[in-house]
Amino acid sequence: MAGPTNWFSQIGSITKFGLLSLPQRRGAAAATVIGIAGVVAVLVGVLSIAAGFRQAMAVSGSPDGAIVLRGGSDSEMVSGLGRDDTRIIADAPGVARDGQGPLASAELFVIIDLPKRTTGTDANVPLRGVEPAALRVRDNLKVTQGRLFEWGKDEVIVGRGAALEFAGLEVGSKIKVGRYEWPVAGIFSANGGAAESEIWTDAKVLQDAYHRGDSFQSVYVKLVSPGAFAAFKDALTSNPQLNVKVVRQSDYYAEQSETITRLVTTLGFLIAFLMALGAVFGALNTMYSAVASRTREIATLRALGFGAGAVVVSLLLESLLLALAGGVLGGGLAYLAFNNFHTSTMNWQSFSQITFAFRVTPALLLRGILWAAAIGLIGGLFPAIRAARLPIASALREL
Amino acid sequence: MKFLPLIWSNLKRKKLRTSLTLLSIVVAFILFGLLSSIQQALVGGVQLAGADRLIVRDKVSIINLLPESYKARMNRIPGVDFATHQTWFGGIYQDPKNFFMQCPVVPEEFLKMFPEYLLPPAQSNAWLQTRTGAIVGRNTAARFHWKIGDKIPIQSTIWAQADGNRTWAFDIVGIFDGAKKGTDTTPLFFRYDYFDEARHESGQTWAEGKVGWYTIHIKDPAQAAAVAKRVDAEFENSSSETKTEPEGAFVQAWASQIGNIVLIVAAILGAVFFTILLVTGNTMAQGVRERTGELGVLKAIGFTNAQIVSFVLAESCLLTVLGGAVGLGLAWLLTSRGDPTHGLLPLFFFPTRDLWVGAGISVALGLATGFFPALQAMRLRVADALRRM
Repeated sequence: MAGPTNWFSQIGSITKFGLLSLPQRRGAAAATVIGIAGVVAVLVGVLSIAAGFRQAMAVSGSPDGAIVLRGGSDSEMVSGLGRDDTRIIADAPGVARDGQGPLASAELFVIIDLPKRTTGTDANVPLRGVEPAALRVRDNLKVTQGRLFEWGKDEVIVGRGAALEFAGLEVGSKIKVGRYEWPVAGIFSANGGAAESEIWTDAKVLQDAYHRGDSFQSVYVKLVSPGAFAAFKDALTSNPQLNVKVVRQSDYYAEQSETITRLVTTLGFLIAFLMALGAVFGALNTMYSAVASRTREIATLRALGFGAGAVVVSLLLESLLLALAGGVLGGGLAYLAFNNFHTSTMNWQSFSQITFAFRVTPALLLRGILWAAAIGLIGGLFPAIRAARLPIASALREL
Repeated sequence: MKFLPLIWSNLKRKKLRTSLTLLSIVVAFILFGLLSSIQQALVGGVQLAGADRLIVRDKVSIINLLPESYKARMNRIPGVDFATHQTWFGGIYQDPKNFFMQCPVVPEEFLKMFPEYLLPPAQSNAWLQTRTGAIVGRNTAARFHWKIGDKIPIQSTIWAQADGNRTWAFDIVGIFDGAKKGTDTTPLFFRYDYFDEARHESGQTWAEGKVGWYTIHIKDPAQAAAVAKRVDAEFENSSSETKTEPEGAFVQAWASQIGNIVLIVAAILGAVFFTILLVTGNTMAQGVRERTGELGVLKAIGFTNAQIVSFVLAESCLLTVLGGAVGLGLAWLLTSRGDPTHGLLPLFFFPTRDLWVGAGISVALGLATGFFPALQAMRLRVADALRRM
């Protein structure tokens, strides 16, 4: 009997034959490759939306950051805290301090209507009033263009994402807030995080414009360490003067992104699964016709002593190679078309806009290639088995 | 028609190939149906918007409240039939995931404004007589197994009750149905007088006498733009300036805040149908190539080029229309049970209009996939074709 080396060389030569004859079946082969490329491009493309959104939310919350809201509220929008509350929170145990005092920023959060660049329709853009500590509470916040607003003055800075998605937010232009017009002093970045969707101004300025007196909606704090959270939370929730909800920043943002990522991921898989089913039928077609057109050739090889196993494996290899070509093509297309594609959507917790960029990650590309390989293997298996079972004598008679 | 058996037997010649191609077409049309339904769920509200209704909200942002006193002023504006208001309640029933909208409204005006909410007269009377009464849509009632007479606790994220407690109890006095297929029957509506009094007693005086947004019924839909202008002019330079637009425009702007759904759906469907075009086109081309000889014989015995072309096109169309019909039918069945997310997409259904679009696409797909093979068949020279037999 043939040894393993012989078996491998059989596979090698049959595969080589198959690949060399591809140009004669180029129509069918191209249909398979492009079909699988379509599946992979859609899968990777749709999942890159979820990946981008999750990423934007993930970089927003550092593990040593916490957000304090009024008890019972699920977002800043519906929360409310008085000045006395915010003082107690800033002085609570576990809050980090530097030369200028505690790293705690009491903030206001409202939304204003601004036109979306792509459609010109009104969108709810978040407008946040912050205290000076805000810039030290958040990591990675940088003014990239222009300058910071002056404290106490009617000025704003605009997140990079908001400036991209909504009209009229360039440095030097003015935004209308009610009867006021506030100039844009600068553009800031926050490492791609949720803050980049927002417009910022001094909390005091916003309180006056909105007749909010001396009230706030949330307090953002930086803790001395991620481990200090439990003590900080206990101190606030057990304080009878307060009725507050304390959450880790990372948990807060994870919760905000949950609805959208779950919806998009479920839809993405459903669509890709159905498309993959269609592509399997296409691949089966191609490989069956490949087997049919090579009936005599395969029968001849079998007559010469090539094993049935070698025939099966080499046909599977051929199908796999076609599928992988499709996978690479589709992944590449998705990368070119979707990576860093910037857009905005509704954050369902606060009904405000959040901007983010699609992200085609290596893990997504790998997943796409794996799907392609699976389609190729399934599409090749049944035709390969049929080829191996061909009755040699009658197949040769077709000569 | 008499050639139908010939076309049919040509398709049957390679049963496996035909069924595989058919299956991929079926899958494509199932996807078409599902994506149309998703699109309908996200942007379809525009078609349901009343042409004779305007939405009035605060000019700066919809989160800013408007005075309740605006209603009387609106009712006096020429062209306005009557106005009514709603306010976002932001309530949670048991778990934040059980999302549905709740709003305090003025019952008589509200039911007159929105005739698409069908409520039996006995139930609307009960609502008028019960201060803590609420009506809920069929969808949400069925989801949580609520019956008339139930007392439902809802925790508001925004509003406190008279005693400062944020958990409100409503008596379900009515369950409404939707007049149209896409009418959203997830919301719960309760009485504004009960709501505002509680705000007064709980000391939320900053919001007392204030409401979220207004809906205006206008006398003549053709005058919508003019009336909207008049409404905004009425409140210009006040502490709460307004922005008024037709309900359709408001819904559209809201939908485009979610993202460019139409574009995303179009891109995915484009990829799907392009792929199917290739697979089916390839099958057809193979079929014609294998039958070169036969086509030659047909031509030799006097079939015209036009007849040959129509044979091939009829075959490809038969394949795609059959696949399309099965696929669209399955999509119809799959989407007939309504919103798969329980609340996130209340308008999820497969619109009849898109069913016809799908039927049109299936014919177009047949013509497109049959085009080149048909051309190839037409150009066959009899002598060449017969020599290849």
